[in-house]
Amino acid sequence: MSAVWFAHRILIALVLAWIVATIVFMALHMVPGDPAELLLSTGGTSPDPATVAELREKLGLNQPILVQYGSFLGGLLRGDLGTSLVDDYPVLSEIALRLPRTLELIFAGTLLAIAIGVPAGVYAALHRGGRFDRIASGVTALLLAIPVFVVGTLLVLLFAQTLRLMPAGGFTPLTQDPVLHLKLLTLPAIAIGKGLAAVLFRMTRASMLDALANDYVRTARAKGLAPGRVLFVHVLRNALNPVVTVLGLQMGTLLGGTVLVEYVFNWPGLSTPLLRAVEARDYPMVVGIVLTISVLFLLINLIVELIHAVLDPRVSAP
Amino acid sequence: MKRLWFPGAFVALIILIAIAAPVLGLPDPVRQDIARRLAAPTATSWLGRDEFGRDVLSRLIWGARTSLGVAFASALTAGLIGVVLGLIGGWSRGTAAFLSVRSMDIILCFPPVLLALLVVTLLGPGAATLILVLSVLYLPGFARVTYSEVLSVRGRDYVEATRALGGRTWYILLRTVLPNIAGPILVQLSLAVAAAVVLESGLSFLGLGVVPPAPSWGLMIRGARATMEQAPLLLVWPCAALTLTILAMNLLCDALRDAVDPRTSGR
Repeated sequence: MSAVWFAHRILIALVLAWIVATIVFMALHMVPGDPAELLLSTGGTSPDPATVAELREKLGLNQPILVQYGSFLGGLLRGDLGTSLVDDYPVLSEIALRLPRTLELIFAGTLLAIAIGVPAGVYAALHRGGRFDRIASGVTALLLAIPVFVVGTLLVLLFAQTLRLMPAGGFTPLTQDPVLHLKLLTLPAIAIGKGLAAVLFRMTRASMLDALANDYVRTARAKGLAPGRVLFVHVLRNALNPVVTVLGLQMGTLLGGTVLVEYVFNWPGLSTPLLRAVEARDYPMVVGIVLTISVLFLLINLIVELIHAVLDPRVSAP
Repeated sequence: MKRLWFPGAFVALIILIAIAAPVLGLPDPVRQDIARRLAAPTATSWLGRDEFGRDVLSRLIWGARTSLGVAFASALTAGLIGVVLGLIGGWSRGTAAFLSVRSMDIILCFPPVLLALLVVTLLGPGAATLILVLSVLYLPGFARVTYSEVLSVRGRDYVEATRALGGRTWYILLRTVLPNIAGPILVQLSLAVAAAVVLESGLSFLGLGVVPPAPSWGLMIRGARATMEQAPLLLVWPCAALTLTILAMNLLCDALRDAVDPRTSGR
C-alpha cells in the first residue's frame, strides 16, 4: 500500500465528512420560511412570537449565515456539537455515553453475519446445485425480503413471548452481569446481522464460483496441491475481495437498521435520544447524532478500502 | 422470462387489491369500536379487530394502498428527475455531468434512515414528507444508471444517424436514446419501489412516517407490538403482508434484471 494512495484516501474521506457537515447545516436553511418557526410549529398552529425569538437567539439564527456556518464548523472541530433544545444537555456527552453501545451492536451483528454468511457461501459454491445450495439460496431471498424491524419484532414474539427463552429486550452493562449482557445482545445482533449475512452469502458464493473457474485453480489442482490449500491460498484469497467491498457498501443499511433494532429491543444506543429528538424536533441533537453516524459510515468505508488494499495490492498500485 | 410470471402476477395482484380497496365493500379502516377491542375473527371481519376495534383485514388492504401509493409516488418522482439529470449529464458530459450526476452522490454519504429522520425533524412526519425524502434518496440511482446507459448508447450508429438527419437534441434524447435505455431504468424503478416500501414501513413503525390513524403496515406492527401477549396474530398479519410483498418485489426485480441483461442470469 503506497503512502500517496493512503493519504489520498484519507483526504477524500475528510472532504466527504466536510460535505456531509455542510449539507446537515444547510438543511435547516434550505427549508422555505423561518427555521425557528418551522421547528416550533405543530399541526398548522403558529407558535408564540416570543418563543420563536428565543429559539432564534439560541440557535444563533440572528447572525449572518456565513457567521453561523463558521461557528458550526468551528464547533465541530472543537468537538462542540451544541446543547439539546429540550434539556440543555450537551449533545456530545449524550453521544459519548451511547455510541459505544451502538458500536457494540453493529460489531456483534457484522461478526455474526461474517461468521455465518461467508462459510455458508463457500460451502454452497463448492457444492453448487446441491441440497444445501438450494435451501440456502431460498432462505437468503427470505432474509433479504424481511425488514429488520419485522425480524426483530418476530424474534421477540417467538423467543421472548412464546418460548420464553430470551429476554424481550433491555440492557445491562457488561461489567455488571456479563452473561445477561450477552443474552440481551443476541437477539438484536441476529436482527441486525440477518440481511448482511444474506448479502455476504450471495456475494461469497458468486465470487467463489468465479474464482473456482480460473485457470490457476485448475493448475494448482493438476499439480497435486491438497484441496484445502487450493481453497485457502488460491481460491478464497481472490474470492474475498468483492466480499469485502460489499461489506462496506452494506454498512449504510446496517447503520440505518440499528436505529430500528435498538428501538425494537430497547437497546439504549444512539437511537433512543435520536428518536426522542426527532419527535421533539430538537434540531441540535438530531444533527449531532446524524453527523456522528454518517461520519462513522465514512470511517467504516475507509477501513474497508484499506482492508481491500491489503488483500489486493492492485487496488493501491500507483 | 418464465421467472417473471409468478412474482409479476403476485405484485400485480397486490397493486390491484390496493387500487380496488374503496370498491371492495370493506369496513371503514379508521372507525373505532372499543367494545369489540381485539375481537376474534368472525364471518364479517375475517382477521378480527385490532386494539381500537378496527377491522384488521380492512386496515391491511388500505395499508397496502398507503404503502404502495407512497412508494410509487416517490419512485416515479425520483425516476422522472433522475432520468432527466442523467440524460443531460450523459449527453453533455464534462461539467454538466459533474453537476447533474456526480453531485447526487452526496446523498449516498448518508445512511438512508438517518437522512430521512433529519428531514422528518424539519418538516414533521406525514405522507408528503415521506414522498419527498424517498424521492431524494433514490434520485442518485436513477441519475447514475441513466448517465452510464446514455454514455454507452450515444455513439451508436442509430443515434449518429438521427443526428445527421438534423434531429433536435431533445428529440434525439427522448425518441431515440430513451427507448433504448428503458430496460435498466425500469429495473431501477422496481428496485426503488421495493426499497421505498421497506423504508416507509420502517419510519411508520417508528411513528415518524404515516400519521395515525391512517392505515399503514408499519403502524399496524407498531400497534400490535403493545398487545402481543393477548393477540399475537395481529402482529403476524402485517408482518406477513409486508414480507411477502417485498419478497415478490425482489424476485420481480431479479427476473426483470435478468430479462434486461442476460449476462446476470444463472447466478
